[in-house]
Amino acid sequence: MRRKNKQDNLLRANNGLFKASPFLVPALIGFAIIYLAPMVISVFISLTDWNGLDSLFAPGFMKEHFIGIQNYADILHSKEFWSVLGNTLTYIVLYIPLMLAVSIAAASLLNQQRRGVGAFRVIYYIPVLTSWVAASLIWKSILSPQYGAMNAILAFFGINGPGWLLDEHWAMPAIVLVSVWKDMGFFGLILLSGMVGINRTYYEAAKIDGAGKWTQFFKITLPLLTPAIFYVLIVSLINSFQLFPQIMIMTGGGPNGSTQVMVERIYQYGFKYFKMGYASAFSWILFTIIMICTAIQMRGQKRWVNYDS
Amino acid sequence: MKKSKLFSLISCLLVAVMLFTACGAQNGGNGGNESEEVTIKYCNFNSSGGNEETLQKMYEAFHEEYPNITVEIETIGYDDYFTQMQTRVAGDTAPDCYELNIENFAAYANKGQLAEISGVDVSGLNETALNAFNVKGVQYGLPESFSNVVLIYNKDLFDKAGVAYPTADWTQADLQKAAEAIRALGDDIFGIWQPITYNEFFKVVAQYGGSLLNEDKTEFTINSEANIKAAQALVDRVLVSNVQPNTVQQGGMGDWDMFMSGKLGMIPTGIWAFQTFTEGCNFNWDIAVEPGDTQKATHFFSNCVVMNPKTEHPQETATWLAWLTSSTKSADIRLAAGWDLPALADMDALSSYLSITPPENREAVFESLNYLVMPPVIEDYALMSDIIGQYLEKAASGVMSVTDALNAAQADCVAQIKLG
Amino acid sequence: MIHKRRISTAAYYLIGILIAILAMIPFFWMISTSLKARGALMSIPIEWIPKEPTLGAYVKVFSKFPFFRTIGNSLFISITYTIITLISASMAAFAFAKIKFPKADLLLKIFLATMMIPTQVTIIPLFVVMNKMALINTYASVLLPSIFRPFAIFLLVQQMRTIPNDYLDAASIDGASTFTVYARIALPLCAPTLATLSITTFMESWNDYLWPLLMLTDKAKMTLPIALSTLNGQYATEYNVLMAGSLISMVPIILIYIFAQKYFQNGMMAGGIKG
Repeated sequence: MRRKNKQDNLLRANNGLFKASPFLVPALIGFAIIYLAPMVISVFISLTDWNGLDSLFAPGFMKEHFIGIQNYADILHSKEFWSVLGNTLTYIVLYIPLMLAVSIAAASLLNQQRRGVGAFRVIYYIPVLTSWVAASLIWKSILSPQYGAMNAILAFFGINGPGWLLDEHWAMPAIVLVSVWKDMGFFGLILLSGMVGINRTYYEAAKIDGAGKWTQFFKITLPLLTPAIFYVLIVSLINSFQLFPQIMIMTGGGPNGSTQVMVERIYQYGFKYFKMGYASAFSWILFTIIMICTAIQMRGQKRWVNYDS
Repeated sequence: MKKSKLFSLISCLLVAVMLFTACGAQNGGNGGNESEEVTIKYCNFNSSGGNEETLQKMYEAFHEEYPNITVEIETIGYDDYFTQMQTRVAGDTAPDCYELNIENFAAYANKGQLAEISGVDVSGLNETALNAFNVKGVQYGLPESFSNVVLIYNKDLFDKAGVAYPTADWTQADLQKAAEAIRALGDDIFGIWQPITYNEFFKVVAQYGGSLLNEDKTEFTINSEANIKAAQALVDRVLVSNVQPNTVQQGGMGDWDMFMSGKLGMIPTGIWAFQTFTEGCNFNWDIAVEPGDTQKATHFFSNCVVMNPKTEHPQETATWLAWLTSSTKSADIRLAAGWDLPALADMDALSSYLSITPPENREAVFESLNYLVMPPVIEDYALMSDIIGQYLEKAASGVMSVTDALNAAQADCVAQIKLG
Repeated sequence: MIHKRRISTAAYYLIGILIAILAMIPFFWMISTSLKARGALMSIPIEWIPKEPTLGAYVKVFSKFPFFRTIGNSLFISITYTIITLISASMAAFAFAKIKFPKADLLLKIFLATMMIPTQVTIIPLFVVMNKMALINTYASVLLPSIFRPFAIFLLVQQMRTIPNDYLDAASIDGASTFTVYARIALPLCAPTLATLSITTFMESWNDYLWPLLMLTDKAKMTLPIALSTLNGQYATEYNVLMAGSLISMVPIILIYIFAQKYFQNGMMAGGIKG
């Protein structure tokens, strides 16, 4: 074992790359094979009119199929792209705040030393474990405007429930509700592991100072949870842009195209209409949009994310 | 300069991967001798969901006849079958032969992914069905099974409404009258459920003497007069006479479930519903040939089996495919299991099928075969059907008038799809 | 004071149970459907409790495919996958969070960017790469993606950044190697996060369907989701059998979850800051 110089510590090492590389090698190998190589290929595909069936390595492939940035131009000029982007943004604007609020609430509920909390922790995670197929089928029937439980409950309070998945204006909110239900456990769990990691002594000190439960939550829990919240925000934004399975099963993009979203279109173009070049270009446009949004979040993180506990 | 270090690390890795991939390229074919024992791979979705054993039995019977041909069968669920098949075809690892539905068949055949199936006797197969898989004179696929659509009706509701049961010479007008009488029975009782979708549309259009394409498939004729009349009749059932529930009245309930709950007088649907309806309906039901308007037209669904042009054993593969689709033995096994109908020319072989009741009038299944209408198969079939489907949905919900919707569908198809 | 505490306890359980019921509804429905004789999708009104419960669907699942071998394959793949991910991701995260090296930020951003490309379009290129590497029909092809999981790396970076540098510095001044600092100090401090990750990774790998389907064409290597998918037919799906199969496949994940969630409670003590 190498002996350390007294001055030499990890953060101030001057041979950082040398020290870091052994830790990075496995990830880098995986990155190159699983992502980099396919991504490079996919950029080339996006510049062709490949149908997704012909052999990619046939001689003269590029010569025969190369069409430049035609796909990108076509997409940006299509009405469909903008309406699909609009639908995706509607989902994001509704989903993220609601999901975050519900997940923080669930995590706080689970982060308590009470009898039965272990059972709650298991039960809250069950939606995450339930397959989208099963979940969608039952939610479809719960949200049925005629026969479903949801509108029956609303009627009990004198509210005339909407058509949910069958109504152009309510289909997306309904998808949001079901998605929050499904994801609450997952993000709640991540926030919970962040909460558990918070040093108890802070709370004890606050208690001595006479701070109440709510003060403790806002002054200690929330600030110290910001790295986890930041993670949840970034990941959920990326996931939201890639919204797909629940749409396919619950509405298939309908009614009247009101729940058509980007990845659904990409899938249809690539695997149903055999326009893989177009689909690849579509996904690189989506990639760019997500990257810009994430970059903005990353830039903003210094202002509110608190890493030093 | 530090930056360049990082990037050179990444690019080194990438180059390494590329080299690795190039070196590890396919370890060559094994050049099998044709008369020797051969093994071929067959991939299918149709046996999933209950008929894997039936397919296995068929193979065993085949293997007895042709002991030198071993078939490895891979069965994959329907939902992701086509995604994985496309990936394998693109990656040059497709099996020797596999199953396709009619939509994907058109794309695969037109994009040069299929081999001609020749050198085998397929005269036993139904000609209409066989022609569906013939592109420009080349037989790229063999019809594997046969399903069609008949009008299924709730006898009890007809009795209650005092209307005579449907007969083979009913027209759309008779159907409308009966539907209205049944609708009058109650607020949540409806006359008919015929989804206003692309699949129904191309058939109903034929019943009114229209079509989606001109005869040589070089032009779209989506907004023709006959087509508008046909679509209007479908839409009016929902929006005007309301003998058919709108989406809210349907409440997200499945169409079969609605029929089985006794709330529907009639439903034109596939013969594959018989089994489910037999188990699920606690009322009397029967079937009739679907009514037409100017002429009769009935649906025909068929999956087909196709051959990979890169197979090393084309003769053996074709032998297996022909046996699977047209031999009496495989037909018998298929029928005994109550799977789909084999697509045979000689339906007398299927007499055992008629003895199963309900429905009493099982004859109608065969009678309907006289009026088969082919789906307008073109290379971009899926795109066309989605465009038309979207506008039909708009018309059905009243967002657009029928004429506007079909005009828009015509314009979109012309703009996005090259024919010919 | 005691009175107030009682009210808060009551409120706690009221809300807790309410959410629990909401979370469990589809699960109950899956159980109920799996016990039905016929795979009805929906009946109106919903038949919550089957009139004539039967275990027929479960018998069918067990007889459909070599059940124990399939489960064995799935367990082998998922456990190996999870272990590799935990090791590889925590190593990379340690480097990013706690070792200063040039352009670390940029590299991390490149890693994160890979999450943003929809897999729908990279799946064919990736398949082609795997084919060229002659990895098709090997377990390696299914396990390879586990060494690079950006979601996991990102989550662990977020967690490791909250570890005060003083602890690590103190250890390295005491003469511990970088690897010892990683294994003995950084890892235990991330125990709750590692527990979370092991569940989510295991679950993803356990449920992964399309990739193993493409990679493992040999029937003997079939995993549980692939086997279950054959219950889904073109015209009809036997929902009772499908639900029975889905329930069976949920059991291992629930067990692992129950096991791992102990770590959340003990997280404080195990990885706790002994400052």
